[in-house]
Amino acid sequence: MIALGAIATTAALVTARKERLCIQLSFGISAVAAIMGLLTSISVFLEGDLTFEFIAFPFLGPFVIAIDPLAALFLASISIVGLAAAIYSLGYVPQFIGKYSIVKFCALFPIFLISMAMVVASSNVLLFLIFWELMSLSSYLLVAYEHKEEGAASAAWLYFVMAHLGTACIAACLLYLSYASGSLDFHQIALYAGQGMTELARSSAFLLALVGFGAKAGIVPLHVWLPQAHPTAPSNVSALMSGVMVKLAVYMLIRTAFQFLHVDILWWGLLTLFIGSLTALIGVLYAIAEKDVKRALAFSTVENVGVILIALGAAMVFYAQDMLQLAALALVACLLHVLFHSLFKSLLFLAAGSVVHATGTKDMERMGGLAKRMRYTSLLFFVGALSISAIPPFNGFVSEWLIFQSLLLSYTIQDVTVNLLMAIALGMLALTGALAAACFVRIFGSVFLARPRSEVAKQAKEANRGMLLAMSILAVLCLLTGVLSAQIIPFVDQASADIVGVSIGSQITDGWVLEVNGGEVSSVSPILLAALLGLMIPFAFLLVRSLGGRTTRAKGDTWDCGTPLSPRNEYTPTGHSQPILRIFNPLYRSKSSFTFDPSSSPYSKQKMGYSSSIPKLFEAYLYEPVARAILGVAKRASVIQAGSVQRYLAYIFAALVILLLVFR
Amino acid sequence: MADYLLALVQTAVLLALAPLLTGIIRKLKAWMQSRRGPPIFQPYLDLAKLMRKGSVVSQDASWLTSLTPYVCLASMVVAALLVPAFVTESFGFLGDLIVLVYLFAMARFFMALAALDAGSTFGGMGSSREMLVSSLIEPAILLSFFTVALLTGTTSLVSVTSLLATSGASLIGPALLLAFAAFFIAILAENARIPIDNPSTHLELTMIHEAMLLEYSGKDLALMEYSSMVKLTLFITIAWSAFLPWGVATQVTAPDLALGVIIFLVKLLALALVIAIIESSMAKLRLFRLPNLLTGAFILAFLAVMSYFVL
Repeated sequence: MIALGAIATTAALVTARKERLCIQLSFGISAVAAIMGLLTSISVFLEGDLTFEFIAFPFLGPFVIAIDPLAALFLASISIVGLAAAIYSLGYVPQFIGKYSIVKFCALFPIFLISMAMVVASSNVLLFLIFWELMSLSSYLLVAYEHKEEGAASAAWLYFVMAHLGTACIAACLLYLSYASGSLDFHQIALYAGQGMTELARSSAFLLALVGFGAKAGIVPLHVWLPQAHPTAPSNVSALMSGVMVKLAVYMLIRTAFQFLHVDILWWGLLTLFIGSLTALIGVLYAIAEKDVKRALAFSTVENVGVILIALGAAMVFYAQDMLQLAALALVACLLHVLFHSLFKSLLFLAAGSVVHATGTKDMERMGGLAKRMRYTSLLFFVGALSISAIPPFNGFVSEWLIFQSLLLSYTIQDVTVNLLMAIALGMLALTGALAAACFVRIFGSVFLARPRSEVAKQAKEANRGMLLAMSILAVLCLLTGVLSAQIIPFVDQASADIVGVSIGSQITDGWVLEVNGGEVSSVSPILLAALLGLMIPFAFLLVRSLGGRTTRAKGDTWDCGTPLSPRNEYTPTGHSQPILRIFNPLYRSKSSFTFDPSSSPYSKQKMGYSSSIPKLFEAYLYEPVARAILGVAKRASVIQAGSVQRYLAYIFAALVILLLVFR
Repeated sequence: MADYLLALVQTAVLLALAPLLTGIIRKLKAWMQSRRGPPIFQPYLDLAKLMRKGSVVSQDASWLTSLTPYVCLASMVVAALLVPAFVTESFGFLGDLIVLVYLFAMARFFMALAALDAGSTFGGMGSSREMLVSSLIEPAILLSFFTVALLTGTTSLVSVTSLLATSGASLIGPALLLAFAAFFIAILAENARIPIDNPSTHLELTMIHEAMLLEYSGKDLALMEYSSMVKLTLFITIAWSAFLPWGVATQVTAPDLALGVIIFLVKLLALALVIAIIESSMAKLRLFRLPNLLTGAFILAFLAVMSYFVL
């Protein structure tokens, strides 16, 4: 697979002159690499772990590439999304010909894809850090790809800084762990790291991991880069970033917390749970307020990372309480949501990419009416919206059901504080879920329904076949993974059993039914629900046609109260979310103002204007003071940099003397 | 097999009674307001009349408008399969209380989108407000369901009903009553009743649910209207079955079943009467007063969960 990725990159570089050939080769080979990745992960599930050793630097010991079930699960999600993104690119990238460097894109895309695959495959601290950094750098360059667009450079820069802050924490955490265990190998770390470390040391290692990986995953308040960078990247890259890359942080967080540190301290889980709830709620509230379609999707990624962390936090709490069965249940729910979110979020990003491609704008205020102009894209986006809003029998519903069940079963913990915290998390999750549905009604409604609100939307054309094919693959998977979830859970359980040590696959699936046992059985059968709903709709259609006889069905105008309707009469995305904004205003602190034309009389306004803006609270109240403080300190410190060589020599001499005195 | 047959009969009864319940509420309201009111079977006649009428579809609307009435009906019928009314038999293995919430969410998701589809201002208004109300009330519903799940150790509605019904009155405590109160507010909010919405108004600026149906006519409208009638019946049935199921038949014997049916009808009538009283004695709340009531429901539900753990 690496070889194929390398070939794809080289092919891209070699065929630099012939841009179309370059695109076909690069993405074709990437697609093949993705299929290979998928086959690899399937073979891991069926036949057991894959390990591969090689020696790069004799003094560092062998570099191990190992794919266990957990890695295989993430590899599968990388491969599926990578495959779809590669196919999509065949139809999507040609639009950049003549505007931006095609070679650059075609060379970076395989590097990004392969580095993600290698991040999950590496089983050595150094190897992992190398590929982690390669992944960050290649995605940074891809975010900055459309550099002529407004804001691209600053978004990429913010991403660059945050990614490296995160990497610094991750490196500190992992290197400390390998120091404590005396080995760079993950397997050795898992065996020995926990033993020699004090509670304080383990807690600080966990906090470092949480901050480091959290920065990549986009937890509040470290999420600020995500809604800037993800939408700025070309849509096929946004799909990979939102669908897969943020999950890799979750992957390593699971590995660090469970395998390296053996979660045995209760508050780690509670902290994760709290951060998850906060992230979910803040993410969805900002998603509802957003007018940029891709940025709204990016905020929804923040929300889903929160949901994933809620499940992960619950798993950690159960694990710390030695309730391994429940820990396994929560972890399965968490991993399922990771997998499912990668499917529907990349579908949504690709479909949004088609819309942006067709209209040339990301502003939902200027869209509308696209369901008639882009019939298939609208259907595919709709499938994604149903999945993410947890509508049965689509996949988002299944993972949300399991998360609710595992949170509910926390009542078996004999600790009232933990019980109440879990109940609060449950309430937050319920609120988030309901708001997410509101958010996607708004997005789908304002992008695809009613009349077009701008000339570009009126002229929009359906996406080309490559793009539609890629999205259809994901859409079919969104439905199938939901309907057949009882068949998928055993694989996910294999991954979680490797981590938690207890397998519950046979307990929570019973044929076509998912069951959770908390004294009495609670069950759901997605496939039967799907079959019933699927049968009921045509049955109802036939029944209604026969009842009451044949009737006419005429086309007419929308009811207009006597004045012809224009696109200005429609509800806009701003209008649609206004009530929610108003109710949650203490959290948004939005500013809105009316303007009147002063020349007109106070009773008949000739010209009125309304503007409202939502300040970036985290930037304003958290990041700016920090940035200002750092700049201030730097300014003070610059006093010692006078620019004269003699002075610098004096500093060096002084430092030397002090060091000699201290480490004599 | 006989069990499933009984469950099917129960579902059929729920589906058949739905318009009657709406008719009864209208009649009760009319009496309280010193009117004679239409006969209680009027909703059946209305539906039959609509089925014979042609429909006009907006030329701005897309495929979604045509699909939505069938999806709404299908989700309500599937939900009706999961709800025990007078006997604790149902297709409960299909889905639990959480599934019920999401089946209702499914119908709402489609309805709120169909409201936007024709590009009418009223539709947009309805859609926007419906999503506001639902996003505040859905957490309250889920938390009140979790209270009974905590009491019984399961989220399966049939198990909840039979466990509560056979356990005597000892389980009636603050948790159960608070959760019931929260769910009662949810009945009003989810079914567009006063004080959240007014089901009989067509006053343009205040309507929520009616605004969403404004563009529907003929058979499509009949389906949408019927779906909301079923939804109201289901909510009232769930309120009794999930929180205060005493009287439901837990064994399939003729006397138990007869008693179960009678008690079920009395229960339906009781809540219909309460709704009619509320609707005759209160005015609709202003839109931005609603969050107070809805978050009140959320807090009641949360107190219910708390009282389970603390008391």
